[in-house]
Formats: sequence, C-alpha cells, structure tokens
Amino acid sequence: MSQDTLFDKVWDLHKVSSLPGGSDQIFIGLHLIHEVTSPQAFGALKDKKLKVKFPDRTVATVDHIVPTDNQSRPFKDNLAEQMIETLEKNCLEHKIRFFNIGSGNQGIVHVVAPELGLTQPGMTIACGDSHTSTHGAFGSIAFGIGTSQVRDVLATQTLAMNKLKVRQIWCDNTLSKGVYAKDLVLHIINKLGVKAGVGFAYEFAGPAIHELSMEERMTICNMSIEGGARCGYINPDEKTFSYIKNKLYAPKNEHWDIALRWWESLKSDKNSIYDDVIKLDASKVEPTVTWGITPGQSISINQQIPLLDELSPNDKLVAEEAYEYMSFKPGQLIKDTPVDVCFIGSCTNGRISDLRVAAKVLKGKKVSKNVKAFAVPGSEKVATKAKQEGLDQIFKDSGFQWREPGCSMCLAMNSDKLVGNQVSASSSNRNFKGRQGSPSGRTLLMSPAMVAAAAINGKVSDVREFIN
Amino acid sequence: MKSEFTQPIGKISNINGQCIPLIGNDIDTDRIIPARFLKCVNFDSLGESVFEDDRKTLKGKHPFDLEENKNASILIVNSNFGCGSSREHAPQALMRWGIKAIIGESFADIFYSNCIAIGIPCFTLPKKSIEEMQNYCDNQFLFLEIDLKKSLAKSKDLNLNLEIRESSRKMFLTGEWDATSTLLDNENLIENKFNQLPYIKFNSYYS
Repeated sequence: MSQDTLFDKVWDLHKVSSLPGGSDQIFIGLHLIHEVTSPQAFGALKDKKLKVKFPDRTVATVDHIVPTDNQSRPFKDNLAEQMIETLEKNCLEHKIRFFNIGSGNQGIVHVVAPELGLTQPGMTIACGDSHTSTHGAFGSIAFGIGTSQVRDVLATQTLAMNKLKVRQIWCDNTLSKGVYAKDLVLHIINKLGVKAGVGFAYEFAGPAIHELSMEERMTICNMSIEGGARCGYINPDEKTFSYIKNKLYAPKNEHWDIALRWWESLKSDKNSIYDDVIKLDASKVEPTVTWGITPGQSISINQQIPLLDELSPNDKLVAEEAYEYMSFKPGQLIKDTPVDVCFIGSCTNGRISDLRVAAKVLKGKKVSKNVKAFAVPGSEKVATKAKQEGLDQIFKDSGFQWREPGCSMCLAMNSDKLVGNQVSASSSNRNFKGRQGSPSGRTLLMSPAMVAAAAINGKVSDVREFIN
Repeated sequence: MKSEFTQPIGKISNINGQCIPLIGNDIDTDRIIPARFLKCVNFDSLGESVFEDDRKTLKGKHPFDLEENKNASILIVNSNFGCGSSREHAPQALMRWGIKAIIGESFADIFYSNCIAIGIPCFTLPKKSIEEMQNYCDNQFLFLEIDLKKSLAKSKDLNLNLEIRESSRKMFLTGEWDATSTLLDNENLIENKFNQLPYIKFNSYYS
C-alpha cells in the first residue's frame, strides 16, 4: 500500500468517514459541471427533495454541445438548446456560478478551471467527465464521475470511493525536438496498455515531466484515463505556483504565502512508498500516431503497423478489429496515410501553447486542397489570447477554419462530425470506433504540431521535417 | 421491446436470469451509447439505442438483436469493459435494455462505479471461465442464479465462485449502493471537514 505520496496526503486530508461497507467517504473540494452529465443529477435532487449543500463549491460551464460555427441563441439544434437552457435554469435555481457563452470565461471545463485559478494543488476535484484527470497536473486529486455521483456531490459534497493504488511513472531525460507531451503520453499508454491503470492513480514524475510546462503537464494527466487510470497527477513545483499566481480565483495577498507553504508540503515525500514504479526514457520517444481503435494502439511515425504475431495474446483480438475498422494492413507504414479532416482542439490539446505550436508549423504554408481543417480554441480566454497574438490569422491564411470554443469534434456532439469513413488527424484523446461522429469514421490521434503537418501535406507526416 | 423497465431499489441479493455474451476487449462507452444519444435531459429512452452503431454494422447479428437474447439480463463480457468516457448513460442504457448484472474479466473504473451507483452488480471471473461461459451460450441457453450473499452463481451445469469487491457486495446487500442518504447521515462530519480544509479559507473563491 502506498504511503506518504501526494495522493495519500490529499486522500487522507479529505476523508470524512469510513463507510459501513468499507469504502471511504471523501470530501470534494471543487466540483465542476457541464450540460451533458448534470441534468439528470439535478432531476434526482428534485425527486429526493434535496438541496445543493455547498453551491459555492460547484462551478459550471457549457462545452460539449455548443456549436462552434454560430453560437447565437437559440441554437439551431433544439436538443442542444434544451440542454443549455436546463443548465442555465439549474444554476440559477441552485445559485451555482455559471460561465456561459459570452462571459469571457466559457470553454471546455478542463481548460477553464485551470486558467481561472480554480484548480489548485491539494484539492479533490470531481466532474462528470472522464478527462477530469487533467487537473492532476497541479497536484490535485481529480477524477471523472458519473451522473449519480454528480448527484451525490451536489447533495453532500462527498463521494463513496475506494482508495486507489499509486503507480509512479518515472520519465528520464527530456523529450527531443519535435516531440511533445502528447507523444509522451501516447507512448506511455502504448507501453503500459489501456487497462494497466485500472485501480491506480498515476503519479507522473522524473526530469522529463519536470521540464514540461503546465499546459503540457495537463496534456499528460488528461490522458491518464486512456491508460485506465481514473486519476493522474504531478507533484506541484515553481511552475505550478507561478501558473496559478494572479489568476482570478488564486489565493491573494497574505493568503498566497499560506497557500504556498501548504502546497509545498503536499509533494510526495522522498521516501514515499508506491504500489508500483515504472521507468522509461523520454528521449527515446518519437512523434507518435495511433493506428487503431484504442489510444494504446500507437506507433512512432516511422514504424509499421504491428503484425498480429508481434502482439501479446490479449492485444490480438482488438488488433484484428482495428485492422478491419481502420482498413489498415498489418506491416503497413502509418506515414503518408491520406487524411480528410484535421482537427486541432479538445481538453487534451486546445490550449494556447498547442495553438502556438501548430501555428508555427502552419505559418506561410497552405492546407492541402483535399483536407478540411479546423481549429477550435479550448476556451474564450484561449481564443482571445490567440487573436491578440495573431494566431487566428495564421490559421485562416493557411486554410484552417477558425472556430468558437467548445469540445467540438473530439466527441462530435455538435455539428462538427466526420462523414462516412473519413480519416481524421486529430489532436483529441480518443480514437474509438465512431467517436468523431460517423459510425465508420477513422481517427488518428497525434500532437497538434503533427496535425498541422498532416494538414499541409494531406497525409500523415513527420513534423520534424517542418521545424528544422 | 421488453417488459416495462423498473429501476432497482433497496437491497439486492439475488439476480436470476439468462446470460447474453458479448465478445471483445476494451469495449468503450462510446460504443455502448454513442455521444449523439447524450443529448437528453433524462435517461428514459436510452435502452433502445444501446450499441446502436455496432448493431447497425452487424445488421441484426449483434447479440442485443438476436431473438434468443431478448429476455436476457446477465451480460457476459471480456476485459476492460466500459473504458473511456464517464457517461453514466452507458450503464443506464444497458439497464434500460434489460441488463441487471454483468460478469466480466475486468471493468474500467468509472464504468464500474457508475454500475454500482445505479444498482448493477459487476462480477469478475478469470478469462478462461468467461470464455467457457461465452462458448456455452453459443449452443444453449445459460440461466444463472446469482447469490450475492455467497458470491455464487449456479446453473444446471455450472457452479461459479464470482468475485466482487467486498465494499460493493455489502452495499448491494444493505441497499447502500444508492449512496446519497448514507453520505448525508454524516452531515456533521461533512461540515467539520469543510471547516478544517486549509484551502477553503484562502480561496478568493468566496469573496
């Protein structure tokens, strides 16, 4: 059993009681909600005649269903309009802070909370969304929950949970030029597998992680769940603190010093005990692309799609399904695979640094005629910053469509969808069958820089050829 | 469709029913219920859309479309079932189709918690036993009587020692899987915790 890790310290601090069945009752410090997984939870409160216990500890925004082309109200899609209206009504009724479209603070929930300084070290954070693990980048314990658990957090500010084990993933050395956090996390998921993290929290550590910016760290923690780990985190350091400082909801004045001292004390102790430790060499990671239907099915840009014989017995079943669905032949190169759609955005890679990296690749170049490319900033703040820096113009000049903030084609709940069996080069997080809105659509996950390179060439390309 | 859906309430100790095998590892919640069906403010109509895209692709050959499975209620799956999105819509859709319990090699964490929270016990068995059950279902009906008190499943040919997390098993037997009221019982402790947490004080959140 783990001891003295950040996870242990934060868990123990938030433990309210041991429940009769043996699980722990855990206090949730920050609860984030959005329009898709909250309406039924509010409905259940009403049925049970319960109130929101600490309305100040819940913050709402709207992201999954918002259109990214025309956000004027009412939305063209009646169901989407109904969902945003329901959230507006629920927030008003229960006095919950809501960052609506046009507030200047709306966006993908996992982009918004950190940029407002809501996400802080040592908190427990829950949200009805599996990518809540993103917030672990700040040294918080953050995890996705279902709607019944959203109901429980609203009604009690606590959850019944079993404590997770802790696996440290130690990343030595540093990433090479043209290799990004996305490549590293895809590499980790490939090496460990998509279910290795079940029952675990992942602590990402080591020189390569230390080197990453806060936004890159969010990309890593964001995809913990794709490796099966509901929660992933990084011990807070100077970068964490300076990112938070002066943000809207950051501790101010004398509270800042108190916060800083407390945050420092949360780091995993030098002699802390982990349930498992994995070491890998980050300098060996190359630009990485998924070829299959799970985020674990990835290869380096110059590798061939694995042969069935090269895979473990457990991976064969899904590999066979993937060859067929993706229309790939075992042994085929991933490089030069033609792409139809290029998408830059999502809670994984829709932040300002992602747009900057992609814009650098795109500057002075044109998107291939055969490609529909679009960039969706992760939040209104990201969009504003991108405009100030002239990034939107670089995207537009290259032939990218520049859209309004939202989740967009990561999960295609709005009108941004693949059509038929189109191939998409995507900076998002899931390449599941049908994920991007077409039941036969095919997704290749990669870094935003690699998506930009694919957009220019009209096929999967090595971004390192663009940046030297 | 099936007989009318009733939501489970209270103590759950026995589940009897016909098994329905679904073969495949890493079956994600996007496949169980594609995102377009999440545009709803209640779960009521999700049952008919469960596995919608997989079913369309298999043109009537999907286990959830086979006539012989229409009254089945115990789903038999392989490893990492329910991975991906946290959408509770996935187990809600399965439950509304008629699934009352799931036996598998392994489950994704969030899917598992969602199942517990809505009253669907999830049990694990070794890969070999799961495959045997799935093969058995190829040729004949498999009816199981699951006893949560003993963690046993019995049929006319099989006796299986099911594995289930002890805390989950107790929650079903006591009815505490529907957690809200149990959590609220500790209202004073919750208040105390709120007052103790260092960051509540220094959050400018409240100003």
